[in-house]
Amino acid sequence: MEYQVQNISRDNFEQCIKCTVCTVYCPLLSVNPDYPGPKQAGPDGERYRLKNPAFYDSALKYCLNCKRCEVACPSGVRIGDIIQRARIRYDRSPVKLRDRMLANTDFMGTVAGALAPVTNFMLRRRIVKQGLQAVLGIDSHRTFPAYSATTFAQQFKSLADAQKGYPRQAVYFHGCYVNYNYPALGLDLVRVLNAAGIGVRLIKGERCCGVAKIANRLTDSARADARHNIKAMQAALGADADAPVLFTGSSCAFTMRDEYPHLLEVDNSAVRSNMMLASAWLAREVERGAVKLVFKPEYTRRVTYHTSCHIQKLGWAIYSIRLLKLIPGITFVPVESQCCGIAGTYGFKKENYATSQAIGAELFDKLRRIAPDVVACDCETCKWQIEMSTGIKVENPISILAEALDFEATAAANR
Amino acid sequence: MKFDVVITGGGLSGLVAGTALAKARRKVAIISSGQSALHFCSGSFGLLGKAGGKTLESPLAGIELLPPTHPYRKMGAEATGAYADAAPLLFAEAGITLKGTSRANHRHLSPLGKLRSSWLTMGDFMTFSGERPPMKDCVIVNFEGFLDFYPSYLADGLGALGVRCRTASVKIEAVERLRRSSGEMRAASVARLLRGEALEELAIEINKVCGDADTVFIPAVIGFDSEEHLQRLRRMVGVPLYCVPVTPMSVTGHRAQQLLRHRFGQLGGTYLLGDSAVAAHMNADGSVRAIETASLCDDYLEADRFILAGGGIFSRGIVAAPHKIYEPLFGLDVQATDDRDRWFDADFFARQPYMSFGVATDAAFHPLRGGSAVENLYAAGAVLGGADPLTEESGAGIAITTALHVADLIINS
Ligand SMILES: Cc1cc2nc3c(=O)[nH]c(=O)nc-3n(C[C@H](O)[C@H](O)[C@H](O)COP(=O)(O)OP(=O)(O)OC[C@H]3O[C@@H](n4cnc5c(N)ncnc54)[C@H](O)[C@@H]3O)c2cc1C
Ligand code: SF4
Ligand code: SF4
Repeated sequence: MEYQVQNISRDNFEQCIKCTVCTVYCPLLSVNPDYPGPKQAGPDGERYRLKNPAFYDSALKYCLNCKRCEVACPSGVRIGDIIQRARIRYDRSPVKLRDRMLANTDFMGTVAGALAPVTNFMLRRRIVKQGLQAVLGIDSHRTFPAYSATTFAQQFKSLADAQKGYPRQAVYFHGCYVNYNYPALGLDLVRVLNAAGIGVRLIKGERCCGVAKIANRLTDSARADARHNIKAMQAALGADADAPVLFTGSSCAFTMRDEYPHLLEVDNSAVRSNMMLASAWLAREVERGAVKLVFKPEYTRRVTYHTSCHIQKLGWAIYSIRLLKLIPGITFVPVESQCCGIAGTYGFKKENYATSQAIGAELFDKLRRIAPDVVACDCETCKWQIEMSTGIKVENPISILAEALDFEATAAANR
Repeated sequence: MKFDVVITGGGLSGLVAGTALAKARRKVAIISSGQSALHFCSGSFGLLGKAGGKTLESPLAGIELLPPTHPYRKMGAEATGAYADAAPLLFAEAGITLKGTSRANHRHLSPLGKLRSSWLTMGDFMTFSGERPPMKDCVIVNFEGFLDFYPSYLADGLGALGVRCRTASVKIEAVERLRRSSGEMRAASVARLLRGEALEELAIEINKVCGDADTVFIPAVIGFDSEEHLQRLRRMVGVPLYCVPVTPMSVTGHRAQQLLRHRFGQLGGTYLLGDSAVAAHMNADGSVRAIETASLCDDYLEADRFILAGGGIFSRGIVAAPHKIYEPLFGLDVQATDDRDRWFDADFFARQPYMSFGVATDAAFHPLRGGSAVENLYAAGAVLGGADPLTEESGAGIAITTALHVADLIINS
């Protein structure tokens, strides 16, 4: 008999054995009956779409791109990628103004930040929120993260010169959130790394990683940013080809590491192995003895770790948890990894608000029952969602580390 | 990263081995590239149902009829029985109720109301001995629009066993919403919604249609994450209530997987879900040094001992290329033939040779590589060759007992 020797398809599409495991783990499926689910939206639907693009189902726009289906699939099918690629290829509906605004984090950040006091005041007014909902479809329950008057990049300038004096160097991709909304996190990272004897370098002309543009189908623009970012990253590394490129946001890390080559078809192989989440990288450095951390004896906290969808996909939650467990004053309480429902800009849209909260409900319940002092999490949008929905404080592991660290003793130990 | 034991594969056998080792205070990591075959388990575990062409009442009595390379033969009937009897406690500690013993197979009902035999069955389902289920008059309740359950076939099957049956359907507000998308009214989605108040509503509806039935059957869609929901429902319904398996995904299988994983975590184990072992790094003496995974990149998982529990062809622990059957991670020797035409029998219902393909091991479950045993590596579960789980009805039994056996070998070494 003659056998076809190999059949290689994109995203492992042909590897699907129709087992339906993915449908059990899609957080969207039981709360939004309009969504066809990963199997049908992904590999099953793709068979039809390959025959005729008219089979494209506009309900694919509901997909959170959380990739929890991919994590569950025993056959390695890149279900989430198949769905996002289908949206990019077949969805011809115009991108709404609201979606453009939510996606253009750089532009929004620059304008809003420049007018920070006014913007923050305005974005908290009920009337403004209602206006945003009526005109743009941004849900009025959402509290916009405050914009910082000076960006992280601006604040970093005064620290830049001192960085060259450290024996080791790391490149830091701060992302839009740290830059425009929460420079404190970026500053925490710089302090922690400096104490560990590591100097920090920023990426000249850094642009948004593109996660929001991809979600909102502004693919060409995302691709241009991606190409730019990879070049800029290489330039920032310069002669230190082995230095790490660190992130404090799991979605930025995931997008640049995996979505660039898979979805945007931008080659990142020159820097891919350098890219690492800051908390993961630090945990590894401590473990191999290259970095020593000394903690304040009086620091005590009850902490739980929320595994964001993208860190689940990256497979690095284990490192953040190890990092937290290094802190002697921390009582660590685990919580099952599950989606909080925000999925970046998704939960900000009026039409998604109810779904977004329904997805997160179970997690919020569990967190309320655990009642930790702080929830550690490597994703900024999860932070907004969990803080808004539970009132419990959420911090990046790096900020928790910075709070617990005895900086002087740590600096001395690493000299 | 350094562990005492690194296990590749986080299905039934990887988790059972991991839990036993973690209980013995070993530092264990499990790598699992996706979810496991447990999601398709009907709710009953087979130890040995058939051997040498005979249907067995006592599973252990059939072990001597198996071929000499069979995993049970390697352990011996006595040890296999001891491991089998240790299993229910290990599951109970994870919150999973299993009924049955290795001394005799018990009966339970198939989705079509036929009698089946098994070793252990989850607490959701009815078990009994003999040829008649212990009831006279039952009502089979389904959710309107739920298509993965076949009440009338079940009624016919039970009727043939001498049980009077009625069928009824109920509407539950929370579940109704799912009907908007007909394709996705699946067991798992229903189970996620049947908790809290929805469960009370269900109890009321069941009590309404119950009449003077002595037993109620419902589809197995209760308890996505714990057994507590079914216990609550049972307390609210006046008569004994049992579930009947539905078309997979199996809610009970999913629950067992989650609870085992949770238990493993509680014992301090590290479970890397969604990560894949992509390469094995070997020492010069032929032993395993470390496992490389897709997500952890150059941070290899080092250990003193390793277990391969990657499952069979279904889970890619064993891979079939057009003219080759191979074990992809270590390149181990497999019990299989390269002659593709002898992999399968054209008669679909005949015994399929490929079902018994798997890793070859020595008597102590060390896999062979180029003919010699890899001393710090063990294989357990469906990845093992020499057994035909489908024909023998031995899948879960092999997964559990071999896992406990290799855990024991490691603990005592
Ligand atoms: C569809 C189906 C239904 C079944 N139903 C029953 C039943 O009802 N009763 C019964 O007794 N038996 C049943 N069986 C038999 C079943 O094989 C066993 O019960 C048992 O579940 C096997 O467990 P395992 O842990 O050995 O393998 P699996 O459950 O297959 O688990 C192996 C795991 O390893 C992972 N893996 C593989 N390679 C790698 C790698 N390189 N890196 C990381 N992870 C990897 C896989 O993704 C998978 O999660 C069924 C089998 C199948 C396929
Ligand atoms: S889990 Fe993977 S193989 Fe199974 S149906 Fe989904 S995509 Fe297909
Ligand atoms: S990416 Fe998330 S929301 Fe989209 S299909 Fe997969 S699991 Fe569901």
